[in-house]
Amino acid sequence: MSATRRTVLVVDDDEDFRDQMTLQLEAAGFEVVAADGEAAALAALEGAAPDLAVIDLMMEHMDGGFALAYRLKKRQPPVPVIMVTAVAAETGLDFASALQGSPGWMRVDAMLSKPVRFEQLRREIDRLLPG
Amino acid sequence: MSAVETLRVLVVEDEPAMRVAVHRAVSRLVLRLPDIEGEFGFAVEEAGSAEEGLERIAAAPPDILLLDHKLPGISGVELLGLLAERQPPVGFLTVMMTAYATLENAVVATKRGAYDFLAKPFTPEELRAVLTKSTRHLLLTRETRRLAEEKRQVRFQLLSVIVHELKAPLAAIEGYLYLLKDRTIGADPAVFEKAVDRSLVRIGGMRKLITDLLDLTRLESGQKRREIVSLELADVARVAIESVLPEATRRGIAVTLEAPAPVPMSADRGELEAIFNNLLTNAVKYNRDGGRVAVRLSGGAVDGGGDGRVRIEVADTGIGMAPAEVARLFGEFVRIKNEKTRHIPGSGLGLSVVRKLAHLNGGEVAVESAPDRGTTFTVEIAATQSAPAPAPGPAARATPSAPEPGAP
Repeated sequence: MSATRRTVLVVDDDEDFRDQMTLQLEAAGFEVVAADGEAAALAALEGAAPDLAVIDLMMEHMDGGFALAYRLKKRQPPVPVIMVTAVAAETGLDFASALQGSPGWMRVDAMLSKPVRFEQLRREIDRLLPG
Repeated sequence: MSAVETLRVLVVEDEPAMRVAVHRAVSRLVLRLPDIEGEFGFAVEEAGSAEEGLERIAAAPPDILLLDHKLPGISGVELLGLLAERQPPVGFLTVMMTAYATLENAVVATKRGAYDFLAKPFTPEELRAVLTKSTRHLLLTRETRRLAEEKRQVRFQLLSVIVHELKAPLAAIEGYLYLLKDRTIGADPAVFEKAVDRSLVRIGGMRKLITDLLDLTRLESGQKRREIVSLELADVARVAIESVLPEATRRGIAVTLEAPAPVPMSADRGELEAIFNNLLTNAVKYNRDGGRVAVRLSGGAVDGGGDGRVRIEVADTGIGMAPAEVARLFGEFVRIKNEKTRHIPGSGLGLSVVRKLAHLNGGEVAVESAPDRGTTFTVEIAATQSAPAPAPGPAARATPSAPEPGAP
């Protein structure tokens, strides 16, 4: 185990999702900062420098997740962002391919559909935070 | 003055004089139709043969087609047959014009989809009368189609929201089950307990959503059978208060009933219970710990000494709402989301049910609210409901949103 534990920011307005992610990420050796919305996430960012963020696409604002992702991407160094969403399946929206070649501000590093299996998330984290 | 909407008329006719006559008769015509908003004028286009007519239709379909029966080449009736086979169906009406106005011709043309029939020679007035009738039919058909499409859209949106609202708790429960399955994390007694408790809470939320949806659907479809009986409103209120007492007591919220005089009514008990249950659950849910909920009843049936109206007031000392939030409150699936409500579960349908029930009982719901001070809902309804004729179809007995078993 490395001396400095890496920090993951988890942002979701569903408290159960947040708690489940926190439990599993902590068990996997990560430090977790959880926030229940955009405002709380921004407040948390004042005191923490996450190595990666897991963000729900739709919180109180339709595009709340993207707005937050945009800010994280503008930080130096940019924070890898994994976006999770429950809307993709029923709307038939293919976010993953919509994001290919989308304007820069909509850039995220991975898109996962809820329900998210932890192994799936873990794979993406390992890919984005190698070593 | 609204702008004149122009409808396109295509005349397919081999006699040039006839085309000119049609042109003259309708090009300056402006129609106003009863029941239909707006004014309608006509732009006339001409084709000398069925073949040319087909080309014009392909280029830009008209709104109304005036079609000569007897044409060189493809005849009018043949053209009609060709148009009738089109998929999707053509969006315009066809009026046949013929010098041989026989019943047989009319029958053949109508069978092939002609909307009306004009016998040659016709006067400008006759032509205008047929056009008026056709325009009216065309616009009504289009409006009906538009409404049906709109209804489909609304239905689709509603279904999408329902699906999303049901999938969220399902995902949460699934997540907890996977946690339990993974014995390393799930073996921790604290995690085990939390996973089970939270799963039960989310299942309770799903059940409430389904119950509310059923209530709402029955109300909207008129399938709900009403049982109008004589009752005392305070009795119904007491039963409903009892069902929220456990949660209220846990949070130190006092619930009081103020009914200075009897409130006799003739109404459906289940409907009143649903009104109380929804309002009381909200009043407790959106209250602060140690707050108060006051239920006030007044009025009553005329023969019981009342004024024929009944007022139910449920006032809380909770988080309240800003005016903009109040305005959105009664929409289906609207849940006021802000810092204060984030942790409060709900289906977003409770107040829709209350309002529908108030309307059904000849009344309305009013709301007064101030942020951090509290909210007061006032339902004013008629004290006496007349029993309607028994509804046809299966006797769907609505279960009012009673507290669900197993809910905390």
